Amino acid sequence: MGNCTSLQPLQFRRLALFLSLAFKAAVLIQQWYRRYVARLEMRRRCTWRIFQSIEYACEQDQIKLHNFFSYLMDHFTPSSSKERDFISRMFISGESFKEAELEKYCDYESMEVPDSYTGPRLSFPLLPDHATALLEAFKQKQQLHARYVLNLLHETRKHLKQLPNISHVSTCYSEEVTVCGDLHGQLDDLFFIFYKNGLPSPSKSYVFNGDFVDRGKQSLEILIILFTFLLIYPKEVHLNRGNHEDHMVNLRYGFAKEVMQKYKVHGKKILKMIQNVFCWLPLATLIDQKVLIIHGGISDTTDLDMLQKIQRNKVGWSFPSGSGRRCRSKSSGAASWWTASRSQRSPPIPILDILWSDPMPQEGCRVNTVRGGGCYFGPDVTDKILEKYNLQFLIRSHECKHEGYEFCHNRKVLTIFSASNYYEIGSNRGAYVKLGPDLVPHFVQYQASKTAHTLTMTQRISRVEESAFRALREKLFAHTSALISAFKAYDKDNTGKISLSSWAMAVESVLHLGLPWRMLRPQLVRSTVDGMLEYKSWLDDLAMEQRSQEHIQSSLLEVIYRNRSNLETIFRIIDRDHSGLISFEEFRQTWKLFSTHMNIELTDDGIDDLVRSIDFNKDGNIDFNEFLEAFRLVKQSQVCLQMQSREREGRYL
Amino acid sequence: MASRKDGAVAEIEKKIIEAFEVFDHECNKTVDVREIGSIVRSLGCFPTEAELHELLAKVEEEEPTGYINLEKFLPVMTKVLLDRSYQPIPEDVLLHAFEVSLKRIFIKTKCLFCLSGEPFTEEEMEDMLSTALDPETNTVRYRDYISMMIVDET
Repeated sequence: MGNCTSLQPLQFRRLALFLSLAFKAAVLIQQWYRRYVARLEMRRRCTWRIFQSIEYACEQDQIKLHNFFSYLMDHFTPSSSKERDFISRMFISGESFKEAELEKYCDYESMEVPDSYTGPRLSFPLLPDHATALLEAFKQKQQLHARYVLNLLHETRKHLKQLPNISHVSTCYSEEVTVCGDLHGQLDDLFFIFYKNGLPSPSKSYVFNGDFVDRGKQSLEILIILFTFLLIYPKEVHLNRGNHEDHMVNLRYGFAKEVMQKYKVHGKKILKMIQNVFCWLPLATLIDQKVLIIHGGISDTTDLDMLQKIQRNKVGWSFPSGSGRRCRSKSSGAASWWTASRSQRSPPIPILDILWSDPMPQEGCRVNTVRGGGCYFGPDVTDKILEKYNLQFLIRSHECKHEGYEFCHNRKVLTIFSASNYYEIGSNRGAYVKLGPDLVPHFVQYQASKTAHTLTMTQRISRVEESAFRALREKLFAHTSALISAFKAYDKDNTGKISLSSWAMAVESVLHLGLPWRMLRPQLVRSTVDGMLEYKSWLDDLAMEQRSQEHIQSSLLEVIYRNRSNLETIFRIIDRDHSGLISFEEFRQTWKLFSTHMNIELTDDGIDDLVRSIDFNKDGNIDFNEFLEAFRLVKQSQVCLQMQSREREGRYL
Repeated sequence: MASRKDGAVAEIEKKIIEAFEVFDHECNKTVDVREIGSIVRSLGCFPTEAELHELLAKVEEEEPTGYINLEKFLPVMTKVLLDRSYQPIPEDVLLHAFEVSLKRIFIKTKCLFCLSGEPFTEEEMEDMLSTALDPETNTVRYRDYISMMIVDET
């Protein structure tokens, strides 16, 4: 345009015209951009819904399993001594040892630590140096010797036993209190928290609000670190029990497996000790008598005075079973061995409520059918409790939140969740909250994954989305037969095609996940003709993705996929010594039990076929770890590699 | 014929309800008024901010509460989808738009976007630039950017 500061009229008109065009162009671009952002947001929320609904559906499965066991206990009369032994193993294994027996069984003093061991050596009473050594060792991926693990657990148990059910913290002794939520075995998150916030010390109090273990791969390291700090700074470090600090839950969600893999010889002892230590964890923490911290939530019957008095260690297993009703004593027809194993099966309801409840926006208090234990509590329930005990607000965890924390009930309930990238890298931030004497919460959020930082928002959402849809497709595959029936119902003329609308309705009627199927459709159904879907070929495509072995019939595969977690849990219960082996006969019995519960029609021949095709070695033992791994969802190539290497070894799978 | 049309309307309504429910945190058939833009756009529409305000005026309560009810939203949105209002911009028009504004003055277009009739917020501007800008040359490879935005369409 030149250097002049004034314009000729013609130049001015051309400039004005140009600018108005440019503005119009800008508006167009903005329209498009805003639409793009809105779609991203929709995708992010849908992805979140998928993960949550699958997570809760899984928890419901566990509940069904427990209901089944409860039913068995109430109604089943074993017909042979073999059957009796088989069934009793399931229930006795859930019991805790008597204290004296436990000490003897988990004795560590005779365990020798070889000179070649280069990991940290603990001596008691513990000192801050021990903690630093442990942190450093775990950063280097070293493992603590089993002797020290057991020693630590013994000392932890001794300490926890003298603590009340509700811990008290005061902000006048240590200026700030830091509260952390679920960690779920994600050691990197704990490292980050310590890095950013500092280690526990006389001037730095911490409250860890449960769910230290399961799902993540370093649950044991987290426990060791937390227990160490607990013993070094007993006044400053406080632990609350979460619903995952429970043996039955650990069998299903990975902690038991992690321990057995890391400690092949002493893992069983370690697990038994931990089971006992979990029972002794306090249930709640009070800060300045004003802020109540519990893992799950409350109910309209929560009574802190009663909670204080409960014998918290008497809870055999704290997993809910159906309505969480108390154990009824059965008078008729029960053999004596039967009644012995039924004591304390159902935990007191107040504990269930504390560990499993979730807040809801509506008023009132109703049974938490999603989790199967505890309840949904409304803002009125919160208000009542706050008023009754003169509290300012509640802090709880238990639910994953996208930003790591979330307020509800008019900022009177705070959810804090410290496991970042919980569902997948980029899925959510973790957070911790700091409270000073003014009890005003200050939050620190993070995402402890280098990868997450280098991704753009779009990439992050895409990645998490991929993961969610993979899980969803697996679920769909696992219900192939039911889906076919549902689709056929909409295809009366047997054309092989149904409308997309019918597809959405059929899928929801089978999966019951409450997902927005029409929103998700583009990611699940790639090709349609005239808005109609050829459902048989769609299901075949799904199956192709999932199939890991050609020679197992697909219907069986479907059954196993659908019930994988239940199957695994039952197996692990049968395998009392956590050796990974059960006898062939037990395998058949387990399968029979399992199929009765799951309403699967599988003949004896079917089971034999299954075994033959897997070709277990003929020593009468089944390495069910390998059996389960074979059917676990792994990438095609990995499974092929495994199979190839085993064939070379002369064994199948 | 009539029943097919009703079927189409029913299907559209189901789609709208689904999209609405994704943003309905309290499960009480209301969404925050600030999310309406996201909902409308994720249903395939390209309203300008002005058009969005017009729509809001139709679905808000007499006394604005900050929440929009599904009851009011559903019929209005159904009509929008049936009438195909707020149509998408064809790719070549978008390309041309970029060329007009970018060729001459893109980096200074920051002004343009903020001075235009429907200004970008600071946040939107940062977001957009961070994805669109090629850090090495400090320019926008707008063809790639457009392809990325358009690929997202189904």
